[in-house]
Amino acid sequence: MEINRRNFLSFIIGGAAGTTLSPLPWKLTDDSSIWSQNWPWTPVPARGEVTYTASTCTLCPAGCGMSVRKVENRVVKIEGLKGHPINDGGLCILGLAGTQLLYGPSRTQTPLKRVGKRGDGKWEKISWDQAITEVAAKLEEMRSKHQSHELACIAGAGRGTVPQLLKRFASAYGSPNFIQPSTVRDSYELLFSQLAGSAGPVGFDIEQTDFLLSFGAGILEGWDSPVRQFRANSDRKEGSGTFVQVEPRLSNSAAKADQWIAINPGTEAILAMGLAAILVEESVYDKRFVSSHTEGFEQFKTRLASEFTLDGVSEKTGIDKTTIITLARDLARARTPLAVCGRGQGQTPQGLGEVAAIQALNAILGRINKAGGVWSVPEPDYIAWGDAVMDQTASRGMENTPIDGAGTQTFPHTRHLLNRLAGQINSGKTHPVQALLVAGANPCYTLTGSQAVKTAFGKIPLVVTFSPFMDETAQMADYILPDHTNLERYEDIPAPAGYPKPFIGLSKPVVEPQFNTRHAGDTIIELARALGGTVAESFPWDSYDACIEETLGERWDALIETGWWADTEATAVAGSKFKFPGSGFPVGPVEIEGDEGSFPLVLIPYDSMRLANAFVGNTPFLTKTIPDTVVKGKDGFVEVNPSTAATLGLSEGRKARLETPKGSAHVRVHLTEGIAPKLVALPRGLGHTAYDRFLSGKGVNYNDLVGPVEDPASGLDAGWGIRAKLTKA
Amino acid sequence: MSTADDKAQEAAQEAAEASLPEPGKQGEGGGPAGPVILSFIVGLVASLIVGWVLFPKALYSQKEQPINFNHKLHTEEVEDGCVSCHYFREDGSFSGIPKLESCMECHEEALGESEDEAVFIEQYVDKGREVPWLVYSKQPACVFFSHAAHVEAGGMDCVTCHGHIGESETSRVYEENRITGYSRDIWGKSIAGFASDPWDRMKMDDCAKCHAEKGVGVLRDDVKNPVQSYFLETVGMIWPTTTTPTKGTSVQTEKDGCLVCHK
Repeated sequence: MEINRRNFLSFIIGGAAGTTLSPLPWKLTDDSSIWSQNWPWTPVPARGEVTYTASTCTLCPAGCGMSVRKVENRVVKIEGLKGHPINDGGLCILGLAGTQLLYGPSRTQTPLKRVGKRGDGKWEKISWDQAITEVAAKLEEMRSKHQSHELACIAGAGRGTVPQLLKRFASAYGSPNFIQPSTVRDSYELLFSQLAGSAGPVGFDIEQTDFLLSFGAGILEGWDSPVRQFRANSDRKEGSGTFVQVEPRLSNSAAKADQWIAINPGTEAILAMGLAAILVEESVYDKRFVSSHTEGFEQFKTRLASEFTLDGVSEKTGIDKTTIITLARDLARARTPLAVCGRGQGQTPQGLGEVAAIQALNAILGRINKAGGVWSVPEPDYIAWGDAVMDQTASRGMENTPIDGAGTQTFPHTRHLLNRLAGQINSGKTHPVQALLVAGANPCYTLTGSQAVKTAFGKIPLVVTFSPFMDETAQMADYILPDHTNLERYEDIPAPAGYPKPFIGLSKPVVEPQFNTRHAGDTIIELARALGGTVAESFPWDSYDACIEETLGERWDALIETGWWADTEATAVAGSKFKFPGSGFPVGPVEIEGDEGSFPLVLIPYDSMRLANAFVGNTPFLTKTIPDTVVKGKDGFVEVNPSTAATLGLSEGRKARLETPKGSAHVRVHLTEGIAPKLVALPRGLGHTAYDRFLSGKGVNYNDLVGPVEDPASGLDAGWGIRAKLTKA
Repeated sequence: MSTADDKAQEAAQEAAEASLPEPGKQGEGGGPAGPVILSFIVGLVASLIVGWVLFPKALYSQKEQPINFNHKLHTEEVEDGCVSCHYFREDGSFSGIPKLESCMECHEEALGESEDEAVFIEQYVDKGREVPWLVYSKQPACVFFSHAAHVEAGGMDCVTCHGHIGESETSRVYEENRITGYSRDIWGKSIAGFASDPWDRMKMDDCAKCHAEKGVGVLRDDVKNPVQSYFLETVGMIWPTTTTPTKGTSVQTEKDGCLVCHK
């Protein structure tokens, strides 16, 4: 048979007819649709047994309860724990994205030893035995040369057993240099110790407040205890509560407040004093409270009348007189008003005089240790280990002055001054730091003047971090002894931020450690054991787990079961008398760096729920939620008022150079009426040089552009901005 | 004009040629239409063979289970039948294939002396490894399927969907679809898609069919009453205004929205 065109076509037609009459096309269509709907890279929830573990979130100081959903051994979702006194089922965006910290790419998976130059990122994987032996050997050598006081230890903020173990290690080793980062809560506590007689964590009974006056506190920006604040804010909105936000920038809090009072930055405390002056003058303050619970009112009254006249306050704050008077009268009319401070998320301290002014306003209104008011909560007392065992070296080492100057004659009441550490090291005025242990902190990113911090760390021969993440401090380290993340370990969280009652949260291991990491508590205990002698004797526990169980004693079982323990009946408060602040408490504004001639603008930072700016960096999911007007690609945006931008010849999205006395950065401009002319604002939490490709190199780190501004009364970093210049790029 | 005439002429000529036997080909038998029809038949038969015989063979790969499992032996030993091992968890979710941990409740050490038992103990129990069973009934996670709703609330037997697997003495060959990665059991042994028993196939139409028959959650009139449905559809096509369309967008459920069942 000849194969010609006709026959061939006929063959094809026959084939087509046969194919149509066979299951082939229909089956292939079905299979390819199943195939295309189930690409191997499409994430599909694992199948298996679903379990929930109640634990406590440790990603910020709020101590929210979380319920972690697992399928078999995989964490799939973190939810808020229902019935938890702090967050009752709610959880913030960072907490929700916490699974990415467990499984994300920025984790250090095994102990590392630096092999290249500092910051080159060249590491050698080493065993835990080698890591402990080598670090202990170097510490032992220092100790044998009586240089024990040249060790510095930086822990994360908090009062739990992990920072306390590191503190104990420093003491037993013979170093007075145990330093924790400070927040506005430290400013409050310091104030309590000086004006209320005894120190204790600050608590805000926000749920019962019917008139919230926030002096720059980012109530909806993650201040204090974000979920609690959000919930209380909703309740106020549904009820008849009022929320007034005093802030130079139109933040989310300002936008959602009943009233936004735009104020000159740094002058919030002056307004508080001005309001107090009006209340006293109009005689509408809480006279019973003032007479029974305060001291020094007469002098304070005189100070108000002379220093805080309405004209003066109005001029300094930039707020018109009617607004101030109306606000004062609204306050007087409110049943349970409360004034709070702590700029942004309150993760940075504030000048003692400023907090004193706000607290004095609360005193005038009779709002201290009252329902809906501000409380000083009793100090948690369950960590009762007794003193560390000290040999002669330790005792001699402890006699040295702490390198940060905290607790010395200059700053007698301040506990820690991490902000002064870099300056002290770089100036070379005190003894050097030969070794540094960092646990639960990332000072190379979170401290203002981060470049100076890096320079200082560069001078320390041995830097060891316990960070579970490859953060900025880890990049500067010689050894990384990675900790577990919060979903893999036990940790106690006493006195969560702003909670007005004694409270302990317990973070529990939800999954087995995913990598070759070790609990920082265990690493400390093992380092002590390797050093031997009295250092080892100071740590009688077999492991951190044994230590925490023994420490929590009879509360342990309840904590294991529910994840939290609270003394809701507690009424005892640290300090019952309030002393009105005298002229030793400057109300501000604290002088910021730079002269107006060369730097005509003022740069202030702002916080956002979508940007983690403390020890933990943003997860990829969290970064996805940042708007294009904050960060786009690699470019960070600075907020500028359109009129300022017009005089500088800048338009929306234009590239510009932002310069301060401390440094400069390339930014893009976002025009908004939400910021006053001559002011510019940068978000905190961007500009990382470490972590992973999802976070590194995006935007600008505000801390690179400012330095610490020492509060004369406390030594704490009270800076609220810096002078700046913006030019076309 | 001339063009049209030319074309008409050509067409006539061609027609004449086609009807006349070609001088050279005469005598070879079959006539002029023969090769054309033959080619058609060859194409038809070849493609039918490919579609019905070769394609199914090529589509599925044959795999052996890691352990030759005897269901009959186990059901005789346990008290509660299928749910002894394939149980419901406290939260109502279905445990599916038992984990090694469940097996080890009895098989911590070798029970009996069969070769499969030795492999099981040596390869899995001793090493603490999960057995990578090939699951005949595994489907993509595309629908909200609940075993509890069918077995506990609906009172259905395991056999209705899974057949008499509980009586099997050996593990049969697992035929894996090379494209989708799922078992042949889902589409069914019959490549044409015929099913005589409900466990022969487990496609979406089978879900809809059973739901329609039981009147649970699915309207699907054409499944419940195909003749009436066909009649009404025809009437609806001819006189569109006389019938009211009751159907939703889903072909299977006649409800609006695929996401009632699909994830």
